[in-house]
Amino acid sequence: MASVPAVLQSEWTKIRTVSSTTWTLISALVVTVALGAALSALLNSQFGDLGAAQQATFDPTYTSFSGMVLGQLAMVVFGVLVVGSEYSSGMIRTSLAAVPQRATFLFGKILVAGVLALAVGLLTGFLSFFLGQALLGDHGTGIGEPNVLRAVIGSGLYMALIAVFSMGVAAMLRSSMLALGILMPFFFLVSGILSAVPGAKDVAHYFPDQAGSRIMQVVPDALNSSDRPYGPWGGLGIMALWVVAALVGGYLVMRKRDA
Amino acid sequence: MIEVTGLTKRYGRKVAVNDLSFTVRPGVVTGFLGPNGAGKSTTMRMMLDLDNPTSGSVKIDGKHYRELSEPLKHIGALLEAKAMHGGRSAYNNLLCLAQSNRIPASRITEVLDMVGLTSVAKGKSKGFSMGMGQRLGIASALLGDPEILMFDEPVNGLDPEGIHWIRNLMKGLATEGRTVFVSSHLMSEMALTADHLIVIGQGRLLANTSMADFIHENSRSFTRLRSPDRERVKDALDEAGITAVEGTGGVLEIDGVEPERLGELAARHGIVLHELSSQRASLEEAFMRMTAESVEYHAHTGPDGGGAPATGWGSPGWGTPAGGGNDQGKGA
Repeated sequence: MASVPAVLQSEWTKIRTVSSTTWTLISALVVTVALGAALSALLNSQFGDLGAAQQATFDPTYTSFSGMVLGQLAMVVFGVLVVGSEYSSGMIRTSLAAVPQRATFLFGKILVAGVLALAVGLLTGFLSFFLGQALLGDHGTGIGEPNVLRAVIGSGLYMALIAVFSMGVAAMLRSSMLALGILMPFFFLVSGILSAVPGAKDVAHYFPDQAGSRIMQVVPDALNSSDRPYGPWGGLGIMALWVVAALVGGYLVMRKRDA
Repeated sequence: MIEVTGLTKRYGRKVAVNDLSFTVRPGVVTGFLGPNGAGKSTTMRMMLDLDNPTSGSVKIDGKHYRELSEPLKHIGALLEAKAMHGGRSAYNNLLCLAQSNRIPASRITEVLDMVGLTSVAKGKSKGFSMGMGQRLGIASALLGDPEILMFDEPVNGLDPEGIHWIRNLMKGLATEGRTVFVSSHLMSEMALTADHLIVIGQGRLLANTSMADFIHENSRSFTRLRSPDRERVKDALDEAGITAVEGTGGVLEIDGVEPERLGELAARHGIVLHELSSQRASLEEAFMRMTAESVEYHAHTGPDGGGAPATGWGSPGWGTPAGGGNDQGKGA
């Protein structure tokens, strides 16, 4: 059996020695924080123009995470490339010859990349929150308010889960291009559109990003978002189930298929 | 030592590797020869547990590959050049592999030096030429200082100096008592490096023999003689009781008589010679005869080229098989 610490160390070296890691993770952080800050500033200046109902259910915490819509795409790219580049470069054969135990190899890689994504996600979450609240001025909230800390930490968990989900999908599809071609439009367009269409909404609520993003909301029915049949942790749990399914799928493909 | 037993790989209805059994022994370079598409790479991938065999097994020093705790310390393989991440430096690519098998980092500098890549160790492997990629692959094979080494078409993309180097490297590794298994589709390359030969065609074992036996059984040596006075030469040969075979272009081929004797004979009769040379029917031809029925991709010479395998190769008249030795091992 391969030594697990040795595999983790090797996977960490793989991640830190390619430039795609740096630029995808920095993009995820910068885009999320900057876009959240811009929207917070905009809402602060336009707050008086909002309707009474919108003002009453205004969710300053969730507003500061508005940048997640785009920032999560960089996390998708990070997750896909961590696994997919093994296939596109042909490195997978060298890697599996060195660590023939498929589970140790795949889950070692995903653990290392997932922990890194979580660290970046948490940093992004706290930066987005504090910068957003500062720019919201009087309409902002504090970290000590009820459920706010849960939402901020939840935003980090959300980003990490998005990345790990993408790793599982890339392992199933064994191709970066294919995985990006499916995940990017899904998270950027399909999921958002379907969750706004009356008939499809009930299904779309169970999509990983829709369910998971509930954890970042402090005011449940803010910004015209409709009722959901689950709470913040329930939503994150649904997202986690998607992640587990993707990982199991990825592992089965890796075990069955020829490298 | 590598033991292959009844190894079979099917892709749907197509059989890529068909019931292969052989043993690769330490201390010699074993050549793994076969035309393109014969199943060499598939066999090697199954040896490394990268592809799952349909049936049969491969044992590395008596163990299944997956049972090796740190496989790079037992077996090192060069599969295809550039099986590395292009965005990572040569050093870092090797570092990832070394760490996974707990090989000290000092060994990386050693192997980079052995393959001559020290000066570009920090350079991204994306910018490497095919030959440099091949050297990096060889460095990764040597990384764990393994007892068994496997090279898939190692001379591909190497310049003459590189080819010379890899030949000596393989021979040196075998002399140290290691098991060296190297594939090629070029008989001429194998003749220079391998001590033992395993020949396959369409996934079947065609021969499993020592190189010396293969040469002995498959090559015909003869003397080639060319003269403007051919009839007088023939008369002189008849007189001396030597039989000559007429080749094309006025050439005579004489079996089993040294050029010295023929030259002296010609001088005694005052016959002008334009050529007198020792010839050996190429092993390439022996190999082609052996694999003729199993070559997957035939080149057709004309519109009605039929299924005849590359008949235009080599000099006409060389193709006469020397005895039935080339049947050895067939269908084993």
